[in-house]
Amino acid sequence: MFRWIIARDLTLAWRRRADVLSTLFFFVIVVSLFPLGIGPEAKLLSAIAPGVVWVAALLASMLSLGRVFANDYQDGTLEQMLLTPQPLYLVVLGKVLAQWLVSEVPLVLIAPLIGVQFNLERGTLAILFLSLLIGTPILSLIGSIGAALTLGLRGGGVLIALLILPLYIPVLIFGAGAVDASISGMSAQANLYLLSAFLVLSLVFAPWATSAALRISLE
Amino acid sequence: LLRIISGLVSPESGEIRWQGAPVRTLAEEYSRSVTYIGHRTAVKEELSSLENLRIANGLSGTSISGSEAQQALAKVGLAGRENLPARFLSEGQRRRSALARLLTCRTTLWLLDEVLASLDRAAGSLIESIIGEHLNKGGIAIVATHQELHISTDSFQRLELAAVSYSEAVSPRLPL
Repeated sequence: MFRWIIARDLTLAWRRRADVLSTLFFFVIVVSLFPLGIGPEAKLLSAIAPGVVWVAALLASMLSLGRVFANDYQDGTLEQMLLTPQPLYLVVLGKVLAQWLVSEVPLVLIAPLIGVQFNLERGTLAILFLSLLIGTPILSLIGSIGAALTLGLRGGGVLIALLILPLYIPVLIFGAGAVDASISGMSAQANLYLLSAFLVLSLVFAPWATSAALRISLE
Repeated sequence: LLRIISGLVSPESGEIRWQGAPVRTLAEEYSRSVTYIGHRTAVKEELSSLENLRIANGLSGTSISGSEAQQALAKVGLAGRENLPARFLSEGQRRRSALARLLTCRTTLWLLDEVLASLDRAAGSLIESIIGEHLNKGGIAIVATHQELHISTDSFQRLELAAVSYSEAVSPRLPL
């Protein structure tokens, strides 16, 4: 069942490649605008790099989150998923995992390449990659709660941002903090550990909250 | 009413029971024996009928092979169009591709909302015969429709809901 959900969402994403690519390009362009706007000051650029990349990642994930449940809601597939003989927790986890694979993983993979524009060193790029790798699943998990809550509402996109962005703050702080630490030559370990702790926490609670929100939205 | 019976919506008052136990507590156990096809068909436009059918079955825990799905689709008159993305199908064809699930699912209770909508007469009588067969095998089908259903079976009950208000129709305990 779990693998059906993932296979299904991946096929759908493949058939709608444009949606996925637009998120990725949004991320690339937003991040690239900063070096262009600020000018080639290596020191300044590397100082703002962690914040810029992470904020762009947050915004990009907002873009794709609206679609996690909306399409399935419109054509009635979501009702069917609620009626499957498996726990809704697994359904949600499968959908979030698929969303992460499709929308966030490309972004994580391209981030080190983009980091080069900011004059980051190799070690720092590795930390940037690692922090995004741990951090983006949290974004997907928390974001799915917002996506489920705003299902079927008009102007849901803005509402998701208002609901979810505040919850992203800890992820932003520790994610960017890890990269910051690495830039100033300190160990990023503490930040990464905390980020991982958040991941575990949201892995346990977010799908549960999302399931509850879905049940409410579909009543 | 169908959404309440399916367990998607909790009733304002009263309770839906399945084999003596309230469905809310049975949850997944209950879902195993129910197939609900709403007026939104749950057919994905990007996927072909074949994929739609196999995925729908996979999700409800009864995986079927490609050839089984093909047979079911051929029976509802979609042979040759199995691999066409559903967005190229007409409304009636989409409907039929959704209803093909009835041929492949192994559930006892069918909840069907406006089954005959946008189906022509031939397809309509096919669906009627599928439902009839299901009933004769001892299944239950609760069908909401505003068209006449012609089903040959001895256990047939008609609930006229048009006259009663919604909440009145819901409150009596349904002896399922």
